[in-house]
Order: sequence, then structure tokens, then C-alpha cells
Amino acid sequence: MALLFSKTHEWVNMIDDTTATIGISDYAQNELGGLVFVNLPEQGDDVIMGEPFADVESVKAVSDIYSPVTGTVAEINEELLDAPEMINDAPYDAWFVKVEDITDKEDLMTEEEYKAFCEAEQA
Amino acid sequence: MGSYVPNTLKEREEMLREAGYSSFDDMFSCIPEEVRLKEPLDLPHGLSEMEVARKMEELADKNVVFKSIFRGAGAYDHFIPSIVNSVISKEEFLTAYTPYQAEISQGILQSIFEFQTMICELTGMDVANASHYDGATAAAETIPMCVDRKHKTAYVSAAAHPGVVKVMQTYCFGSGTRLVVIPSKDGVTDMDVLRDALEKDPEAACFYLQQPNFYGNFEDAEAIGELVHAHGAKFVMGVNPIALAIMKTPRECGADIAVGDGQPLGMPISYGGPYVGFMATTSAMMRKLPGRIVGETKDDDGNRAYVLTLQAREQHIRREKASSNICSNQDLCALTASVYMASMGAKGMAEAARQSMSKAHYLREGLKQAGYYPVFHKDFFNEFVTKCPVDDEKLMDALADAGILGGLPIADGSILWCVTEKNTKEDMDKLISIAKEILGKGGLSYESNI
Repeated sequence: MALLFSKTHEWVNMIDDTTATIGISDYAQNELGGLVFVNLPEQGDDVIMGEPFADVESVKAVSDIYSPVTGTVAEINEELLDAPEMINDAPYDAWFVKVEDITDKEDLMTEEEYKAFCEAEQA
Repeated sequence: MGSYVPNTLKEREEMLREAGYSSFDDMFSCIPEEVRLKEPLDLPHGLSEMEVARKMEELADKNVVFKSIFRGAGAYDHFIPSIVNSVISKEEFLTAYTPYQAEISQGILQSIFEFQTMICELTGMDVANASHYDGATAAAETIPMCVDRKHKTAYVSAAAHPGVVKVMQTYCFGSGTRLVVIPSKDGVTDMDVLRDALEKDPEAACFYLQQPNFYGNFEDAEAIGELVHAHGAKFVMGVNPIALAIMKTPRECGADIAVGDGQPLGMPISYGGPYVGFMATTSAMMRKLPGRIVGETKDDDGNRAYVLTLQAREQHIRREKASSNICSNQDLCALTASVYMASMGAKGMAEAARQSMSKAHYLREGLKQAGYYPVFHKDFFNEFVTKCPVDDEKLMDALADAGILGGLPIADGSILWCVTEKNTKEDMDKLISIAKEILGKGGLSYESNI
């Protein structure tokens, strides 16, 4: 399944029409630098499209992570809490949350489109 | 009133000329005539240094200094080794204000790091911050650490210090947090009421227990901690640091956060301040810790170095998400506490605690024999409550005449007494005999009535 990307540098992996895992892109982890802490929502929490649902702390800064979808948190990746460096090591394996009952989602980019978007942003 | 304007008339004229004015009246001409002073302020002339010293001494003489103090209720008259004042009076500590680039002052940061380490040892917790303004602020600051979207109600025991409860109420008023006071029964927290309240409230955030409590009684902290955790809330303990030298640590009682007032650690009572609050918590809650935290690290050359750490997270860069606006600490008092703990050592502090506790038991028994019966029948530390069968003002006056500050009259004609290692057996015997005498006189006046 191909990953989709948001303008705020999250990736979305749609498992079916209403279920997805969400993480942050390789570009995002690279910009943030070494991550030392991640703050995740709890199972059962509602996430809303365009609103922060988690935050990450790197040696440089604390940044909000925005949800590209509206839905309910079905599962969180607890491994990240103990080992936030997994996000740096393998950003596309390091999913933050699994969201179900998705009712709405942003206009997301394909990997190609996102790559062009990042290049434009860097320029 | 003496003038502290140091420039001469000639210099003033020069300045006026430079500024383009012919006189001071000219300079102030933009100020409406009717609001300008026509004559100098009616103030007394200045005094010489000798006159000021005399005046201040006269004022100071109006203070009543008691030889013997039997009043605690949050501030405790423990012995202060002279090394404490000697060290903290060093000007590098006494006059230093933390520079805005805090790391410039490695010595100050090291002293804070030592304080944090000692507070962790004392409480058994993993991490402590650099201190708070006082114990009540530290206690109130624990509430926003525990409150979140799913946990919205804070609970506090009515057997906690009333001043602490008031500061918590102020904090909760500001943040819109619900604060519920759990009543006490027989001098300790009523666990049945607490259990009921927690069972009915899926949004319970935390419960604050004072140990030993305001009445001096020991609470069943471990059982209360288990009860609080069973309902998904955080367990916060307010503790007396001297008592910690001999009682179970908050960590051993299951506390998530431990706070307290550090005044007993080498600070004089002195009208209620300045004191210092301390706060320590678990690694799991470390990132919720408010205020400044000093960490130890290594610099580029591998030398030991101290830095402010972890506080940047919300208080500076994401203030809209901050759960606290505390960005400072009470450094000289924290240093005082550190020097006190270092000079007393674990054994010395335990000795102070044991003496305070056993002397308090002696006084309680003596007062009971004298007709001042204990109100509660619980294990207690260095404070206890007795009934007062006479007018408490009369008793306090009679004690004051003998240089003794008696206990604190609290609700319902009872008195909260406090004893420390500084109170001698002679002092206590004197107190008991005065109390007995007053009660005897009270008896006489009763007889004369019939």
C-alpha cells in the first residue's frame, strides 16, 4: 500500500477506507534532528483533521504532530515511548497511531507529489 | 529628607543649557501650572546613620522574642548549625542573582544540583526540581501536573495545612479545575469518604495527602496511595523534611509526587519567610515537573558541567501548552537547605526528628496529667492537639509572661502544640506547670461562682 503525505509532513497508510496508521516523514525527522521524547494520545481519543494529536521533542525543538484525518485512536505505538529514536532510524516503520472510524481526511499527496513539495519548500 | 541627587548646581545649569532650557521652570512649562508643586514636599529632614540605627533598634525592640517556642503548624523552630549561615553569607551566594545565561554561573547550578540530589535522597523519588517559593506553591503546582483532558478533578485532604488548601483553591479558581476537600475523621483523612468520592468520579486527577498531617498525626499513607491509584488518579504527598529522616519515604508509600516546605531545613521561622518549597517526582512524570531543573553533563572537553534542562519544553517555547508559569526558584533558601542537610547528615537529621518526636510525646503526656486532654488518639510526629479547658488567650498570656510561645489555638477551643529538639525538659515542665496553674485558677473562679 502506497503511503500518502500531508503538507505538515505526516504520512498516512490507509489500511482500508476508514482505518489508517500515521507517522512522520523522513524529511520531517531529518529536519527535527535526534528525537528524545514523543508524547502520544491515548487509545479511544478522538483526533481531528488539522489539529495536533501528538508532539515530539528533538534536541532542537518541540513540535506538534497534526492529524491528517478525523477519527478515533484504535491503537498507539507504545514502543516509540521508550525508543523515540526509532522515528529517526526508520520513519516509515515508526507509526505513531492507528486511527479507525475515519470520517474525513485532508487532500493528501502521493510520494512523488510530496517529494516535489519538499523540494519546493527547501528552495 | 536628604538629597541623593549627586550633581552640583553648576552641572545642573550646564545640563539645562545643553537641553535648551533657561531654568527648571522652563523645562517643566509643558506641565499645567495647576498640577505643579509650588513648594517643596513636606518631608522631615534626613537622619544621620547613628540616628537611623537608634530608630531601627527602637523598632526592633518592640518585637517579642520567645525563649521557648511550642508552636509549629507549618513553620518549625529547629536548631540551625552556625555553619549554615556562615556558608550562605558568602557574597558569591548571598548577592548573586542567576544570570540570564544561567550556565555562566556553574557554582550556582552545582549548588542547585546538589539540592535536587539531596531532595531525591530524602523523598526516595527519581527527580527533583530546583525549588519553589514555598511549600504551598509547590503543593498547588502538583495539580496542573496531574490534570489532563480525562482527569479533571483534584482532591485534597482536610487534614492538610489550611494555607496549602487555600493556595490550591486559588490555583484551581484560575485554571477552572474542580477541587474537592475530603473531610477528616478522628484527626486523619476519612478514607471512606475518599473511596466514595473516587468511585463516583472517573475524572479524578490526584489526591493530596499531608504526612504527618496538620494535626501532627500519621496518615495510613500506603493504604491511601493504593486506593488513589486503584481509581486511576495520581497520589501526591506533602511531607515534613525533618520527619522524612525517620519515616517511610513518599516513594515507599507509592507517591507519584512529593512536595513540602523546606523551612525546617536550616531556615529561621522569621515572620513566615523567606522559605523554600521542594518538589520531586518519578521518572515517568519527569516532563511534567514545573520550574527549573539542573542537569549534570559533560562539556566538549569532557569536563563535568551543569546546565538547565527539560524546562524549555513548554514554559518557553510552547507557552500556550504550558501547565505552569514558574520559571524561577528560591535559590538562597535551597542552598540553606543543602548546607543544613550536609552539615547534619542523615544521622543528625534522624536524631533531630527522633528528639522532636519523643519530646512531643513527653509534653502530650504532661499536659494530659495537667488536665489538657488529647483530642486525637493516633500515632503522631512532633505535633498534637489537646483540648483547652481554660480561655486560650489567658493561657497564652501566662505562657508569654514566662517567655514561652504556646501552641496554636485552632477550632473548637483546642490547641495544636509543637515540640522540636530545641525544647528542653525544663521548658516543657515549666509549660506544664503554668498550664496546670491556670487551670487551677480557672477551677477557683468556678468555685467562687457557686
